[in-house]
Amino acid sequence: MDSRVQIQVAEFDVASIYQEVREESAGQAGAIVTFVGLVRDRNEIAGDGAAVDTLTLEHYPGMTERSIAVILEQAQSRWPVPWIRVVHRVGELTPSEQIVLVMVGSAHREAAFAAAEFIMDYLKTDAVLWKRERTGLGQTWLKSTAQDAVRAEKWRQPGS
Amino acid sequence: MVSVKFFAQLREVTGTEGLQINAADLNGVFVELAKQYPEDVIAQLRGDNVRVAINQELVNGNPALVAGDEVALLPPVTGG
Repeated sequence: MDSRVQIQVAEFDVASIYQEVREESAGQAGAIVTFVGLVRDRNEIAGDGAAVDTLTLEHYPGMTERSIAVILEQAQSRWPVPWIRVVHRVGELTPSEQIVLVMVGSAHREAAFAAAEFIMDYLKTDAVLWKRERTGLGQTWLKSTAQDAVRAEKWRQPGS
Repeated sequence: MVSVKFFAQLREVTGTEGLQINAADLNGVFVELAKQYPEDVIAQLRGDNVRVAINQELVNGNPALVAGDEVALLPPVTGG
């Protein structure tokens, strides 16, 4: 199993993961980019704008981790980003909770920013995870948005 | 016997996380499932947007199965 990828129910602590990456990359990394995705309190995807009570994430143990490891390998084939951590939470979450962490270290910031964005874009389209949202109107499995597909696709364009 | 697993909305429409069936290939899995579930459920399981993994590897077509294989039906993913 890829030690850079963690799927967990528990909350994660950004500071301790950052410290880990700092120590691992000490002297070599000139930049560490951290992205944290949070649960919003309004449903924007279904378009009804209802208040979100819970967001539940389901995964397929083993396959989910590997699907993310593949994304990291793709990122590392494009940019010099030796230090990466992805933590994705599963189970039931409530608004303002952390869902996902992407941390990327590199010698220079350009690669770290680009790789972090690439990884996030592909987590949306390729990671084996499913989100179900519960609002006052009921519960629904979320669909990926056209925008997600466009964002992932843009990395396939020449020159990107 | 092969193990069939359902995820997310497919788990909900089938009412189970998975079951064991006898099938020699992927088409055989759907033949067996059609004996257990109504047409509207089968239509969802066979939806164009449903991907199939065998032993956690995505597959296309109608691969052969051997005893102990794990067949997973995966609805469109929504991570991140």
